[in-house]
Amino acid sequence: MKVVSRFYRLSDAGTRTVTLTVDGTPITAQERDSLAAALLAHSAKASRRTTRLDTPRTAYCMMGVCFDCLVEVDGHANVQACMTQVREGMVVRLQSGLPEMRGRND
Amino acid sequence: MPLQSTETTIIGGGVVGLSVALGLLQTGQQVTVLDGADSDLRASQGNFGLVWLQGKGSNYPAYARWTSEAVSDWADFADLLTDLSDIDVHLEQPGGYEVFTEQSEFDEFLVELENQGKTLGKNLDAEILTGAAMRHRFPELGSKVVGATFCSRDGHVNPLKLLRALRIAVTRLGGQIISNATITNITPTPSGGFSLIDRSGQTFGAEQIVLCAGLGAMALAPQLGFRTRVRAQRGELLITEKIGSPLPFLSSTIRQVDEGGIQIGGTKADAGLDDGDTLEFTARLAQHAVEVFPQLEKTRILRSWGALRIMSDDGYPVYAQSSDHPGAFLVTCHSGITLAPNHAGPLAKWIANTSDAPNLEAFDESRFPFLQTV
Ligand SMILES: Cc1cc2nc3c(=O)[nH]c(=O)nc-3n(C[C@H](O)[C@H](O)[C@H](O)COP(=O)(O)OP(=O)(O)OC[C@H]3O[C@@H](n4cnc5c(N)ncnc54)[C@H](O)[C@@H]3O)c2cc1C
Ligand code: FES
Repeated sequence: MKVVSRFYRLSDAGTRTVTLTVDGTPITAQERDSLAAALLAHSAKASRRTTRLDTPRTAYCMMGVCFDCLVEVDGHANVQACMTQVREGMVVRLQSGLPEMRGRND
Repeated sequence: MPLQSTETTIIGGGVVGLSVALGLLQTGQQVTVLDGADSDLRASQGNFGLVWLQGKGSNYPAYARWTSEAVSDWADFADLLTDLSDIDVHLEQPGGYEVFTEQSEFDEFLVELENQGKTLGKNLDAEILTGAAMRHRFPELGSKVVGATFCSRDGHVNPLKLLRALRIAVTRLGGQIISNATITNITPTPSGGFSLIDRSGQTFGAEQIVLCAGLGAMALAPQLGFRTRVRAQRGELLITEKIGSPLPFLSSTIRQVDEGGIQIGGTKADAGLDDGDTLEFTARLAQHAVEVFPQLEKTRILRSWGALRIMSDDGYPVYAQSSDHPGAFLVTCHSGITLAPNHAGPLAKWIANTSDAPNLEAFDESRFPFLQTV
């Protein structure tokens, strides 16, 4: 389902765009966007579901405090999208459930 | 005129004060809890949440037995809290491991465990495992582990839910909890009882008082003629992001909390009243966790913090009545999470002097030398 973003961009004259994928779908963002801003500008759909009660969430505080903006970035789970700048070719996946331990075996 | 007078006033609303309050309410006393400010140094809000037996009281048999009793009573206590507060404190007692990556520390602990076993006998129910035996049992364990011990009676609880459950339970049983009442002066009144003054100048009256103020006892215990002195010992802890994979076992330094995050902890340092955290210890704790569970290597740390343990001179609990001022009690301990059922049970009976009160002489402060107040 496509949920239209409630956000309007200010004039973006002069800034370059980058392309990233979200769950496989390419989206464009401005070069200096935080990933959370890029996701909000793209869609008003929840960007994750909580791990305990499975309720929808999206970025809230935009300053690294609430942890409601967690997404998977380039294979790393639980990345705070509001604290992460977009990059050309970034591979983003929306999360549900808890990540596994992913270290090494001795 | 004092504003209010109750049968027992407890100074300090941490886990210890609230456990005693719950117990006294159950003996039928009227209880008021005067608690300090949010900016206070509060062990109950920064601890590790273990309900732990192994290693405790290896050189102090009464403490080994007291802890064993608490661990036995925890399940009923957790049920009581759920009944009274509607909060599940997430007690789990699956048995727990002490895991060692240094041979010398392992050897030292084995001596302690053996001593503790002399007191507790079969009740300790502990097992010693070499590094190889541990890796056989848990293939995911790191190669740096040199040995471990297992005690089937160890467990853990969510300490913040415990604190909340206690507050609700005390209130529902009719206890009154007053916040921002930092007591600065306690004076016995000529007619018996005590007069308490808080930082804003408000006065409270009480027939009987129990000092459970954690590190606040530094200033208040001498006023009542107690010879016990408490000091702070800093511990640092970390918590990781929540993860879906369950940890293979509970240990005294690494545990998975009920919501999925992994808490890593337990450093010890003398840092006065500074409860900050340091990069040095944060890094050391993270390294320890990865040495034990290499699978944790890529798990993210969310927060790190320091908290201050409240330690008597010998580290064991103090349960004392002032000889200068009968009716004034001092309660202080480390491991107030583990001991909570005892504080709400036998200790409260001892304070209320019920017919079935236990003998707690072993924890009296007469074991300390009298020190002149400076
Ligand atoms: C790092 C760390 C890890 C720990 N891990 C464990 C563990 O795994 N298992 C375990 O069993 N125990 C553990 N503990 C110990 C446990 O946390 C403490 O024993 C327990 O919380 C002490 O509770 P308390 O109520 O005595 O003290 P506190 O929680 O410090 O409460 C004291 C209260 O008194 C109030 N107060 C102070 N001065 C005054 C005053 N003048 N007037 C009125 N009120 C006042 C304060 O505001 C505070 O609310 C740990 C402690 C630390 C620091
Ligand atoms: S939006 Fe609050 S932490 Fe990212």
